[in-house]
Amino acid sequence: MYHDYLDPDWSAAQVLLVALLVVPALGAIVTAVLPSARDRQARVVATVFAGLTFLLTLVVPVMRPTDFGWFAYTPLDDRPPALIPWTDVHVPWVPALGLDFHLGVDGVSYPLVALTGLLTVLCCAYTVKNVPEGGSGRALAALLLVLEVGVLGTFLALDLLLFFVFFEVVLLPMYAVIAGWGGPERRRAARKFVLYTLAGSVLLLLGVVTVLAAAGTGDLVALTGQNTLGRGTQALAFTLLLIAFAVKAPLWPLHTWLPDAHTEAPTVGSVILAGVLLKMGTYGLIRVGLGVAPDAAHAAGPVLGLLAVIAIVAGALICLRQHELKRLIAYSSVGHMGFVLLGIATFTTIGLEAALIGNVAHGLITGLLFFLVGTIKERSGTGSINQLGGLRESSPRLAGLLGFAAIASLGLPGLAGFWGEAFAVVAAVRVGGVFWTSLAVVAAIGGALTAAYFLRLLRQVTHGPATPEVRAMRPTIAGLEWFAWAPLVLLTLAVGLLPALVLSDVSLPLEGLLTGGRP
Amino acid sequence: MSVDVAGPLLPLVPLIMGLIGLLLPPGDGEGPRRRIAAILGVAGAAGALLLAIRLAFDPHVPPEESFWVPDDFGILTVTFGTMVDAGAAYLAIAVCLVALLVQIYSVGYLHDDARYAPYAAQISVFTAAMLVVVATDDLIWMLIGWEVMGACSYLLIGHDRRLPEAPAAAVKAFLVTRVGDVGFLLGIAILIAGAGTSWLPGVLTTDYSPGTLTAALLLILAGVAGKSAQFPLHTWLPDAMAGPTPISALIHAATMVAAGVWAVFRLYPLFEQSPVALAVLAVSAAVTILLGALAATAQDDLKRVLAWSTVSQIGYMTGALAVGSPAAALFHLLTHAAFKALLFLAAGAVIHAVGTNLLSRMGGLREHMPVTFTAFVIGLGALAGLPPLSGFWSKENVLTAAAHATEGGGPAPVWAGWLVWVAALLAVGITAWYATRLLLRAFLGTNRGHGTEWAVGFGDAHYAGADVPHDPPATMRWPLIVLSVPAALLGLAAFAPGFRTALELEDPHLGVAVALPMLLLVTGAGTAWWLWWAAPGVDPARALGRFRPLFAAGFRLDDVQHRLVVVPVRALARLVTAGDIRVVDAAVHGTGTLTSRLGGLLALAHRVGLPAAVLAVCAGALVLGLVAWWGALI
Repeated sequence: MYHDYLDPDWSAAQVLLVALLVVPALGAIVTAVLPSARDRQARVVATVFAGLTFLLTLVVPVMRPTDFGWFAYTPLDDRPPALIPWTDVHVPWVPALGLDFHLGVDGVSYPLVALTGLLTVLCCAYTVKNVPEGGSGRALAALLLVLEVGVLGTFLALDLLLFFVFFEVVLLPMYAVIAGWGGPERRRAARKFVLYTLAGSVLLLLGVVTVLAAAGTGDLVALTGQNTLGRGTQALAFTLLLIAFAVKAPLWPLHTWLPDAHTEAPTVGSVILAGVLLKMGTYGLIRVGLGVAPDAAHAAGPVLGLLAVIAIVAGALICLRQHELKRLIAYSSVGHMGFVLLGIATFTTIGLEAALIGNVAHGLITGLLFFLVGTIKERSGTGSINQLGGLRESSPRLAGLLGFAAIASLGLPGLAGFWGEAFAVVAAVRVGGVFWTSLAVVAAIGGALTAAYFLRLLRQVTHGPATPEVRAMRPTIAGLEWFAWAPLVLLTLAVGLLPALVLSDVSLPLEGLLTGGRP
Repeated sequence: MSVDVAGPLLPLVPLIMGLIGLLLPPGDGEGPRRRIAAILGVAGAAGALLLAIRLAFDPHVPPEESFWVPDDFGILTVTFGTMVDAGAAYLAIAVCLVALLVQIYSVGYLHDDARYAPYAAQISVFTAAMLVVVATDDLIWMLIGWEVMGACSYLLIGHDRRLPEAPAAAVKAFLVTRVGDVGFLLGIAILIAGAGTSWLPGVLTTDYSPGTLTAALLLILAGVAGKSAQFPLHTWLPDAMAGPTPISALIHAATMVAAGVWAVFRLYPLFEQSPVALAVLAVSAAVTILLGALAATAQDDLKRVLAWSTVSQIGYMTGALAVGSPAAALFHLLTHAAFKALLFLAAGAVIHAVGTNLLSRMGGLREHMPVTFTAFVIGLGALAGLPPLSGFWSKENVLTAAAHATEGGGPAPVWAGWLVWVAALLAVGITAWYATRLLLRAFLGTNRGHGTEWAVGFGDAHYAGADVPHDPPATMRWPLIVLSVPAALLGLAAFAPGFRTALELEDPHLGVAVALPMLLLVTGAGTAWWLWWAAPGVDPARALGRFRPLFAAGFRLDDVQHRLVVVPVRALARLVTAGDIRVVDAAVHGTGTLTSRLGGLLALAHRVGLPAAVLAVCAGALVLGLVAWWGALI
């Protein structure tokens, strides 16, 4: 029925792709314009829109072609393209700039799209009951929806400039969320966040422009795996892109904005930041960095791997010394993203698959962890683990969930976090050689250190006699909180037992990425 | 039910029961809620036991196709299938039987514990994880079960809220085994990388280069040492006594510590090809056997004596593996599961009755607790290797295997055979000594208890005990009686042809070789008895003289571990954190400050007085003009 109103060439799948961006944008506008007297209703409306978007992301796999026609697809030079989206929308937008509105989704981006949809609806629902101090609840909900537009756009964009535009769209709403609803030091943290990531964005823009100028097109489908750029251009472009994405991911030593931002951000801000924003960096590295500059990417592999392993160990060691709950989880993110980057750095199919599932697992588990520690911090009034203790005596459910999330986060096999970390190590071992084997060994030791700091956290917070702060906490978990957390718990378990949920359709796209340029 | 269904169901049944149990509301549930938790726990273990018995009747070779393919990692396929051969089936029965009895026993033992429901559920998950390790045909799944067990042991050891040392012991157990697991993960990563599959039969038939294989197996041995409490990663096990006593029975008898031995057993075709790995295993085993036995002589805590005896007995198993006799290792694993579970559950009954763990506060319990006393006699007799109890036969098998290895021709080096044989033989005497001491100190002589105000130590059962100790209630008594049967008689199974051929055990023979260990046994037990009899009321451990504190502290290896690992890691953490703040972040802030300072300088330049500003404008105009002129020229 949409066909009556739209260009008759548009298929339902393409309408769906555009709707993924239009619905949350519309929701943001509606939520923002509702009068302040209807603040609570506005938050419910935002949740409905976010829920609608999430449902749309669930419909996306339906349009996945059952048969790819991989070999039937014969472009001019008889080489299959390395990137075949399930479906795409391609209309010129600003021809003068070479900016096309080109969206598409494939097995690599889809899990992240679904994760974004899920976390946004959970955060919006959480906001219905819990509005952090600092501003109106509906503005926060609206900002969450704007964030969703930016993140989804980043994951869906198949045009370099469009990718950059969406990448930037995310920045200011996140700044506003931290600066508006954050903790006592929020202004400083938000400023650091925005300046740091803006500096990264400048490099991203330079990288994108370099590629555009050299290749004459920003179309990722045309660029991916075709190795069209010269060696020097690739090196320059990849270096710029790598630094830009490394700030976002974040990769050691470009990570110091993250702990401050997380410590001060409101709970939902932390969840979105850790759950999906960081993934834009690693996704960009795979889709854009590896896509347009495969030779340079392979050459940079050892450096990236080394930095990733430093991130793993440094993140874990710093966590051993942290006394602030949210700061600890933030630094643990540095370590976990280190595993993801280690997987990417191997530039093998297994490594990239490990990175993709590590991305999703980190989004689920760290999202849950930030929900929980945010709640503990809000209810007890302190985030210092020295003042917390005996949580299992007074709030057994909350303690149980925290224990689950912490054990999942330390990479227990059978839960989501395991696959990404174990297979990043397996991938490094498979690359072979003294260098990569040592990286694998150090990364695995970092895994043991991860266990050390999470067990230290649990021992301090959940065991022992209950402190006055903990005893003053409300022990029950409200219905909406269950609604926000239960999906994360279940998915952590489900992805842990069935990694195919995430990886069912990534082998071929990744093979394409890795070998597309080479016959 | 066909074997193909029963295999995968084996771990699934307790897992599902455990997961349901975890959903039960926590807190002190009265009557029905408690009963549901108990029913779920018992049903899970009982269901698994029936399935295991079913599988034992029809052990099968690994199927060609897997039951379920949950994931396809590029060229790596992780499958979930089971490979239940005879050995796996017998071990599964042992696991399920011990788990079932522990569940039943816990109903009585934790009758006033508010958090019984999650406890019972965690035992179910623990059992399921062990069954995954036992039954799976895939290395990745073995790793999953392996580590889930570590997490469950962490939860269960830290269960008791009244013990300040429980959380620390739990963390230690998880962390030390996790350190070993780093090796395990890397080891199987190397094996998988070489084989291109994680499917066990595929891995076992891969032709690895000797260097790669030895590296992988040594790494796996690190994991084995962690899980099976072998030197040097055994330090967690004695501390793990802070857990409730039934959990000690579960961990020591059939799960957790057995997993390491089982992993080596499963991978034995690979170990056979690597004399280096076997030699390392032999050294570790020999050290562990003697270390554990000597440390057990000086403990005053009943549970710690048993804990150190476990360390020593697991050493016998790894020793048997090291000298090339996996069958003897598995046989000793099975008999040990029976008598150690019996001993721990009986120890729980003693602690339940007298309210303390300390031998120095017991004595004279025989007449009040006849059932417990009998259980202890059977258990300790089997532990010491007294014929015809089960431990005698299995220990004899290990000694024979080691003696064979000293003749050469086996996969292990000759010196490794000698090492294991001497250590195992000496430990027979020491074991008899401490077993006798334990029995005499706890059950004979006069009662040294002084009422409840004395109750300290690992008292996980601080009950206001009755003035006169008594045998435990039925839920705790029957598991003792049931376990006494295999603890006493399982050794005779070595004569049963079906069992023997299934395990590929050698024929039992009672040659002259038995004389030496018997002599040592009598010497050990006799010395302990004589010391006890000669000076009534005095601990025979006093005869150890100045070695006593050293043995009691487990040769102070905890301190060594603290100095060599904990302190350096802490120092490194301090250093890295300081570096992160003072170097990495300071560079960021420095960039920011520098930029604003430069901006300030420029702003200053814009606020200069009028004459200077006019001068600057003129100079600027001149420069622009020159540039334009230069541009026009070229």
